[in-house]
This record gives sequence, structure tokens and C-alpha cells, in this order.
Amino acid sequence: MPDNIVEKIWQQHLIKQQNGFPDILGIDFALLHEVTSAQAFDMLDDKNLGVYDSSKFLATIDHSIPTRTNRHEIHDPTAKAQIELLRKNCAKHNIPICDLDSTRQGIVHVVGPEMGVTQPGMTLVCGDSHTATHGAFGALAFGIGTSTLAHVFATGAILMNQPKVMQVAFTGELPNGTYAKDMIMHLIAEIGIGGATQHVIEYTGAAVRALSMEQRMTLCNMSIECGAIAGLIAPDQTTFDYIKDRPYAPQGPLFAQAVEYWQSLCSEPDCSYDSTIELNIAELKPMISWGTNPQQAIQSHQKTPDEHNAAMDYVKLNTNQKLIGTPIQWAFIGSCTNGRIEDLRIVADILRDRKIATAVTMYVVPGSEQVMLQAKAEGLDQIFETAGAEFRLPGCSMCLGMNDDKVPAGARCISTTNRNFIGRQGTGSITHLASPATVAYSALAGFICTEFIQHEAS
Amino acid sequence: MYKKIAKHNIQGLCAPMMIDDIDTDIIIPAQHLTQTSQSGFGQHAFARLKKANTDFVLNQKRYQAAKILIAGDNFGCGSSREHAVWAIQELGFEAIIAPSFADIFSNNAKKNGLVLIELSTDTCQQMAQFAEAENLYLSIDLATANVTSKHFNHAFNINPFFQYCITHGSNEVDYLLQHMGQIKAHKTAAVNHSLFIQNGASQ
Ligand code: SF4
Repeated sequence: MPDNIVEKIWQQHLIKQQNGFPDILGIDFALLHEVTSAQAFDMLDDKNLGVYDSSKFLATIDHSIPTRTNRHEIHDPTAKAQIELLRKNCAKHNIPICDLDSTRQGIVHVVGPEMGVTQPGMTLVCGDSHTATHGAFGALAFGIGTSTLAHVFATGAILMNQPKVMQVAFTGELPNGTYAKDMIMHLIAEIGIGGATQHVIEYTGAAVRALSMEQRMTLCNMSIECGAIAGLIAPDQTTFDYIKDRPYAPQGPLFAQAVEYWQSLCSEPDCSYDSTIELNIAELKPMISWGTNPQQAIQSHQKTPDEHNAAMDYVKLNTNQKLIGTPIQWAFIGSCTNGRIEDLRIVADILRDRKIATAVTMYVVPGSEQVMLQAKAEGLDQIFETAGAEFRLPGCSMCLGMNDDKVPAGARCISTTNRNFIGRQGTGSITHLASPATVAYSALAGFICTEFIQHEAS
Repeated sequence: MYKKIAKHNIQGLCAPMMIDDIDTDIIIPAQHLTQTSQSGFGQHAFARLKKANTDFVLNQKRYQAAKILIAGDNFGCGSSREHAVWAIQELGFEAIIAPSFADIFSNNAKKNGLVLIELSTDTCQQMAQFAEAENLYLSIDLATANVTSKHFNHAFNINPFFQYCITHGSNEVDYLLQHMGQIKAHKTAAVNHSLFIQNGASQ
């Protein structure tokens, strides 16, 4: 039977299959960050093992660092120790690290693609659930726990059962003013946070083909939020153009050879899937989450559910209520979902020659040093600062409450991140997930909205 | 982590926590993840729920010695942090019974010998009611894959490889290391992308 892309990648990396045992699957590359790697290095030491091939690993620092100018001063002693330990472990095992101020540091899922590490057909892992981001390139990329990372260190392989494959076909053309973020939030709202467990999703359809690489990364990034192991998009010319000439990309004549191989990976036209979902997005409006998980999200013209839900108490909203007009105190642009240069350009276009509402604190945090440098080269930093937003140094920042950047208790934040779990952005914080455009419009207005509304102060 | 203790049976008191979609941020909030060892997470486990409600199951004295957690649907969703598994184990739990578990959490649990048992929502609810009304002691036989007590007798699905590992005190990395020859041979021979990757990052 003709294969889909996931089956092809699986077959090519399958080392051993034995009844009653999980498959042994070869892993091509692993990315590391400071939070989930320390214990994996310990496990190596415990067993007196080394890293099997250090060139198949790349580390960065992103989760626990401050994003203020003097970010080298880390006040939290355990965070500081964690970062220093990563440096020490990388030096010991000869693993390259994108350290602060190397021009390459950034959020692990921004750095990998930027470096050209992420390539079609590869198996790529990271101790992080948003590893699916790399699926945008047609790689089978998924999050693993710390023990599994130790397995990859020691052997370059993991044990895993072959996943089922779900096709998510987007039909219709993505309307103006909506983005990949709205597409994926729409999917999650439709199928639920457990809707794709035990599956890898292949995203298909003309609307997906039309997306840029960065938008595709946003789409794949949130696959985990509907429970999927991974999400991917078959590679095409857009993919190849993005990879070309990046540091880890095949150079010279190897590139053409690689493209030929990459093209062979696409799902066969009459392949089968374990399940298929079709979503028409021709009428899609910007999505905004209202509750405390990413499934609790609605389109801008819709209202919160009729039925009272415990999440409503936490977010201080009622049944049957529109989100548009809800006052916000914080606005956050950044994270591995929406912290890339295209996201920043969208925001800058909206903020240009305007001022954000005085009641709003807005952080714009680039996903990497490369994104930051590019933004500065284009003068975007000036636009943000003039509008009254803070343009900060790269990192996970306000995406999760484990560094200095936190939304205060009781404050409401509209955010381009991927999770609105209770306390995710800081204890007692309230999060509304949305696209960069929606966040920018809301920051200008001082309340949730999806288009430009002049606020009184200006 | 690589402690090799063979385990055939788990017997103990059950604690009921019938909340759906318990995510890893609830189990262990991110601000406690800066620690670099595997211990010290238990004291922060479920901190928010503990603080919000003095009657929360883990605040109740009668459940302090519980070894089995009866939980709601989609337990462990969210992030890949293995810290969530370590935290639960540090609280003394050796098994969780729930209608379903999130994938990465489930993988992480296996690697640490935390037993996850999927039973129907009805059964979980019944068990939770029992565990609330009176003390519910369950016995989990890992070799025959049965959960039993005076009132319950349920077979459950157990992954044969996990069953082998836990009852033999073996673990995954040993199994992988046994196959190192085959893994290396595959990596050398495979026509996969590794052929193309350059080590461009000589920063
Ligand atoms: S930006 Fe957020 S989701 Fe992405 S890696 Fe960092 S903490 Fe995780």
C-alpha cells in the first residue's frame, strides 16, 4: 500500500522491530536546552556512558534567562546554576552551544530551523513538548522526556511504538487578517485538547501550501495542544528555499541531491491515514482563547459558551459573553509560536506611528538573537519603542512563569503564546491566546479586539 | 533512575482526584523546574490545588500514605517535563488509574517505573467514590495485569515490554545498549538525511 510521509520516515529510521517490544527508532538530531537536560547528563554519568556522536546535538539557553538588558545577572540562584551546568555539560561532551551573545542564542525551536538543522525526512527530538514546530519542514519531530534524552545521548536511538497518522486537510483560502495561529487554534477548538492523542498529524491542503515557512512553524508548533505526538507538513519549494545556505544545510552539489531525496518523502497521492479531518477556513475569523486550556477558544464574533464552566471563575468571564471589549493590562509578543521575524513585522505594521493604550504593558520578545538583529536592521525596534512597547532580549520570557518575566496575579494578558493553563504566565495570571495581529490591535485599544480602534488617550 | 528493582505487585491505599485534564503545570509548576537533580519536586507537586483548597485530596491526612492515585481523563497533558513523574513518585505514588493519559507523560512514566492503568470512566468514578466513602485498598498484579480489591476485579492492558522491564528490574537503556551494533550499522548504511547534514555550527 502506498505510504504517507510519516510511514516513510518511520521505515527509513526503523532499526529493529520485534513482536511485543517497541520499535528501535534511529534519531538523527537532538536539540537541548537548560531545563530538561541536566538529569539526562547525570544518567550518562551514572552508567559511565558518553555521548555517541556530539555533532548530532545542539544546545541553547532559553527558558530560565532574563530578557532585560543586563541578562547576564541572573538573580535566581538555581536558574543560574542550571545554566552554568548546561555550559559545563556541553563542554565536557563537546556539544556545540548557542550561548548568550553568540548571535545564535534563542528559543530552541527558533534556533534549530534558523541554523538549518531542521531538515525534511529527519527524526528530531528535544526535551520539550513544542518540538513539533520542526515538523513544518517535513521532519518527524517530537518532544521527549529527560530519560529518553539520555537514551539518545548514549545510543542515538529511542524505543517507540509506531504512531497513527491523522490527516488534517484545510480547505478554502485563509481570509485576510487571519493567520496560521488562527488555523491551529481553530483545529484545537474543534477536536479538543485530547483530539489527536497517539497520532502524528499531517497538515495538507492548498491553504497550508500557501503558508510561508514561519507560518507553517506556527501551525505545527501547537500540534501538542490537541494531544498530537507531532505535526508535519510535506516539504516543497518553500521549504527548500528556506533551508538553502543555512549553516547546517547541505552545501554545494549536495543540496540538489538532498532536494531530490526530500521530494521523495511526500505522501503518495492515494496513501491512507488512520483518520482524516477536513476543516474549511474560508470564513475563519481571528481566534481568541477565553478559558484555561487552548481548546477553550472562540472566533472573534462568537461568545463564550452558554453553560457555566469552572474556567470562567478563574478568568473572570461569564457565559454568553463576547471577548471583544474585555480590558487587558498586558500584551505579549513572542515565544516559539510567534516570535519570528514575520510575526514582528506584522506587529510593527500595526503599531507604526501609533501608541499603545496607557493601561497596557507590552513586551515584544524576539525568538532569537538572529530575529533581534534582523528586527533592528529593519528598524522595527524603533517602531515598538515609539509605540510604547518594550523590545527585549531573546528567550522564552513570558511564555511560562519560570524566569523574571511574569504577568502579575489578577492581570489579564493577551499573548501570542501557546498555553493558557492556570498560572502559566505567572501565578494568578489570566491569558488569552491570539495571533500577533490580534495582540497588537488589543494593545493599541487597551481591550481585546481584532482591528484598529482609536483609543481615547491618543 | 537506573535503580534495578524488580516489582511484581503494588498494594496500597487509593487517593481520589477525579479532575479531568490535569496538566503538567498543575502537577509541577514551571517556577520549580530550575532544579538540576531528580529530587525535591514532591514538595511542590500540585501546589496550586493544595493552596486553593484545604480539603484537596492531598491535603487530607487520611491519604498521606496513599500509593495509588485515581484520576480523571487525559491525565498529564501539557509539557514534556519528566519532573511531573518524579514529583508524583516523590509523593509516594506507585500507580495511577485513570480513563486516559497524555502520550509524553505516559512514556515518561514507563521509564521511571510509575505504573499507569487505563480503566473506563465509570470504573474510575466508582473507585474514586469508594476511596472517598471508606478506605479503598487495591492490589495491582503486574504479571497478570489485574487490579483487585474486595469490590473490584479488573483486567488492564499492560505494554508487554514495560511489563517485562518492571517485573525484571530491567530498563530501556539496557535494551538499547544491547543493540548498539545494529544501531551503528543502521546509521552507517541508512540513506537518510544524515548524509546531508553539515556541521556548519562551528561557532
Ligand atoms: S517559548 Fe514557551 S513553549 Fe516555546 S520552548 Fe519556550 S517555554 Fe516552551
